[in-house]
Amino acid sequence: MEETYERACYIERLGLFGCIQCGKCTAGCPLNYLTPFNIRKMVYDVLNSSGEDIASEKHEIWQCTTCSTCSSRCPKQIEPRDVIINLRSILVEDGNIPPQIRDVLKSITINYNPWRLGKEQRAEWCKGLELKDASEADLLYYVGCTPAFDPRLQKVAQAVVKALRKAKVDFGTLGVEEVCCGSEIRRLGDIWSFDALREANTEIFNGYDNIKQIVTTSPHCYNTFKNEYPGLKPEVMHYTQFVSSLIDRGQLVLAKDYRKKVTYHDPCFLGKQNKIYEEPRNILRSVPGIEFVEFDRNRESSLCCEGGGGRMWIEIEDVKERLANIRVRDARDMGVDIIAVACPFCLLTLEDAVKSNDLEGKVQVMDIMEIVAKTLT
Amino acid sequence: MAAKKIGVYICHCGVNIAATVDIEELKRFAATLPRVKSVQNYMYVCSDPGQELIRKDIKEKGLNRIVVAACSPRMHEPTFRNVLKSAGLNPYCLEITNIREQCSWVHHDRHTATEKAKGLLAASVAKAALLEPLEEHEVGVTPTAMVIGGGIAGIQAALDIADTGFKVYLVEKEASIGGHMMQLDKTFPTLDCSACILTPKMADVKNHPNIELLAYSEVIEVKGFVGNFKVTVKKKPRYVIESICNACGQCSPYCPIEIDDAFNERLAKTKALYIPFPQAIPATYVIDPQSCRYLRDKSCRQCEQVCKELQAINLDQKEELVELDIGTIIVATGFDIFDPRQKPELGYGKYENVITGLEFERLVSASGPNQGDIKINGKKPKDVVFVQCVGSRDQTVGNEYCSRVCCMYTAKHAHLVREKLPDAHITIFYIDIRAFGKGFEQFYDRVRGERVYYRRGNVSEIYKKGDKLMVRAEDTLMGKAVEVAADLVVLAVGMEPSKSAKELGKILKLSNSPDKFFLEAHPKLRPVDTGSDGVFLAGCCQGPKDIPDTVAQASAAAAKAVIPLAHGTVKTEAMVSVVQAEACRGCGFCVEACPYAAITLEEKKVRGKKKIVATVNEVLCKSCGACAASCLSGAIQQKSFTDEQILSMIAVIGKKY
Repeated sequence: MEETYERACYIERLGLFGCIQCGKCTAGCPLNYLTPFNIRKMVYDVLNSSGEDIASEKHEIWQCTTCSTCSSRCPKQIEPRDVIINLRSILVEDGNIPPQIRDVLKSITINYNPWRLGKEQRAEWCKGLELKDASEADLLYYVGCTPAFDPRLQKVAQAVVKALRKAKVDFGTLGVEEVCCGSEIRRLGDIWSFDALREANTEIFNGYDNIKQIVTTSPHCYNTFKNEYPGLKPEVMHYTQFVSSLIDRGQLVLAKDYRKKVTYHDPCFLGKQNKIYEEPRNILRSVPGIEFVEFDRNRESSLCCEGGGGRMWIEIEDVKERLANIRVRDARDMGVDIIAVACPFCLLTLEDAVKSNDLEGKVQVMDIMEIVAKTLT
Repeated sequence: MAAKKIGVYICHCGVNIAATVDIEELKRFAATLPRVKSVQNYMYVCSDPGQELIRKDIKEKGLNRIVVAACSPRMHEPTFRNVLKSAGLNPYCLEITNIREQCSWVHHDRHTATEKAKGLLAASVAKAALLEPLEEHEVGVTPTAMVIGGGIAGIQAALDIADTGFKVYLVEKEASIGGHMMQLDKTFPTLDCSACILTPKMADVKNHPNIELLAYSEVIEVKGFVGNFKVTVKKKPRYVIESICNACGQCSPYCPIEIDDAFNERLAKTKALYIPFPQAIPATYVIDPQSCRYLRDKSCRQCEQVCKELQAINLDQKEELVELDIGTIIVATGFDIFDPRQKPELGYGKYENVITGLEFERLVSASGPNQGDIKINGKKPKDVVFVQCVGSRDQTVGNEYCSRVCCMYTAKHAHLVREKLPDAHITIFYIDIRAFGKGFEQFYDRVRGERVYYRRGNVSEIYKKGDKLMVRAEDTLMGKAVEVAADLVVLAVGMEPSKSAKELGKILKLSNSPDKFFLEAHPKLRPVDTGSDGVFLAGCCQGPKDIPDTVAQASAAAAKAVIPLAHGTVKTEAMVSVVQAEACRGCGFCVEACPYAAITLEEKKVRGKKKIVATVNEVLCKSCGACAASCLSGAIQQKSFTDEQILSMIAVIGKKY
């Protein structure tokens, strides 16, 4: 095998010589519940043959949701997830990618969103709400692409606005000037476009001296701002952290009864990757009348919904089951009315699973903020 | 003063130095340095023929200062001092140039490494010319040892010291000695019953005329130095008088408060007035102050009524501080098991049929809460799964090390399951099997032959499916994930240093290695010594060990601890600090800087005038040099590290040669 400089660099950077092939990554991988996807073997293959060959041979690299269960559990603290992103990068650089991914990457660079919708439509969701501009507020509400464009998720963004207003938070938005955070494009392997988005966003955020905090709707935006944007000045929070503290301080009072049996599905980008487990639960437990129950698989053991890592735009073939199906059927067996989520992708994938499992009217999927909005007077 | 004649001896250290430093070039250079009368090189200067080169030169060429360019002085300074002494030269006329750790080991380029070695050597030669002969003094030794920790390591060390005829105090923080070994059922690979081999030793401790046991006690302060420690021990109140209680046990059933039974790993309950286990030494009951009703709110004194005749119960007992004169100390504080709640994916604390290896020991022990029946919720498990490496070899919890006992104790557990549940399906998930000790590989072979399925893979998660647990791992030899159903999962938890040892480490000024266990003075040649003279290590406080290694190390520590006691005297530092009274301002900076409390401010007559001057207690001084560095007027000088000597080194070290 040819030992190129690039190859030596990424093997060193990813720490692949540290791998003891214990398989903890593979057995914890949510994908591996459905497909033979074997991240442990992938690490071994990448270490022992050239990355270019592997990238073009292994089509399953597009199955990974980048949920990071592998990385979080690896006893030698190598990053198997980054091996996948690295392989994807090789294919992106060669232009050797499936057409639907090419379309997403193209849309982000043209429209600054992955949904192939014009950037001028980005503020449609808040029409008539008369939100402040970012230049006039202490706090920036970063809506994110999916809540801005997806009709279902727009309701979540509107619920966030309702709660922030109720709590008299001085916040503004960027309107049509908001730009994709780049989380998904980076995970799809286009690290070059990600760098461009990061520079653009950093310039925008750091340009407003008045903005002290950024609150995001999506854990994906939160994660990338928090962990992949060095030099960002404002403090970044996910809305669950911010709203939980508003409730604790008595600034937001959930007044109305909401007599439902609710469970909570931990998003991987909030839980496993950022260890935010308690704040969403704190919000739900503050809802009067709610009966809160846990999935058996919760927190660090939560099951991925398959919405991350670009998987919103990638169908995997020859797979009958979906993890979201397992999740909604578990919820049905627990007898819950509502699966609460705190992530746009989780909401879409789980709602889809409710439909395909004929559970409409039995189990409902709601964002935590939608529940909060219902309890506000 | 005789003219200085310096000899330089350059060591190759095999290839350790010679591969990176050009020895011939260094030798040529050394010969050009002032006052150097002899230069020699040798493959291993520390060996006997190497030492002989130096001795011969001293005698034949009349050398009076010696420079050895070799490894760190931490390694062989004492060796070469003895060489000088044996040739009739004062041992402090020696200077070591470290061209290994500080040169050849840390550089790649031969040319620049050689240049650096020249600088280092020139500095040493400059200093050597200024070295003065120094005298060591001797002080007496208190012929008594102390062992801290009463597990198998402490017990063995105490017994060995006591057998040499010296008195030894054994301090144990719990109510009984015995430690973790007492909790074990059988021991690998020989399957001896743990209690059967331990309890006689515990009885020996009790009966040995030279051992004084201080159970339920903690060391809270240590002052002094090797041979002359002053140790303060806190004896916690048992509320039961040790000299009266005959362990009849009549009191306990009348105690109204139930508490978790720590000896049985909280699998059972005991009373707030309890004895840890029937064979406890001392055989005395104890009252748990956190839960006793009287000690909390003065509302109950039932036990006193029961023990009316003997009057062994004293609910007003107070803690007692005892100050002891001690010559040497052995630390044997052992380990805590890893808390598997830090690995939430394994479900410990969430599923009651996921237990630790130590809990399994109690479950399977005839003296345990189930009398040795392996039952969970009253039912015998059909499928038993063992998970190796829980909290070991795992950087996510900060434990990079292998705990060395789990592979074998799990094999033993599997054997015990097979013995008691002949039809059980037994699976062991492992990463690597480390069967390195005497008889281990044979035991591993034997257990595999007992229909135990060893599957290579690190368990990633455990979750509930119906009334079974699913243990999910990749069988890496099959290359696919597998799920094994289990009624009982045993986690092979690793070892961590005892939490309570942290404070003791500070008291004794012990260092820790990166794994957080206590650091030995040298990993190979001084494995039971520490950086603190007169303090030795035994057992798992130094790193994970099995019982045979622990016992061997305990005997080694005992032998080492006895040396100063048997010798009767210890040498004090010769390179102590001295105060030039005229220059001293009496500011006391040095008093604060001294970590050994060796300096005091005293009123003295200096040139007929009374003034306050710093005064060094040469017995306490450990020649660290902190005082000299802190002194603003240069009044304190450390012998062999005087300002003049150091400046002479600086003057030449940076020169281009």
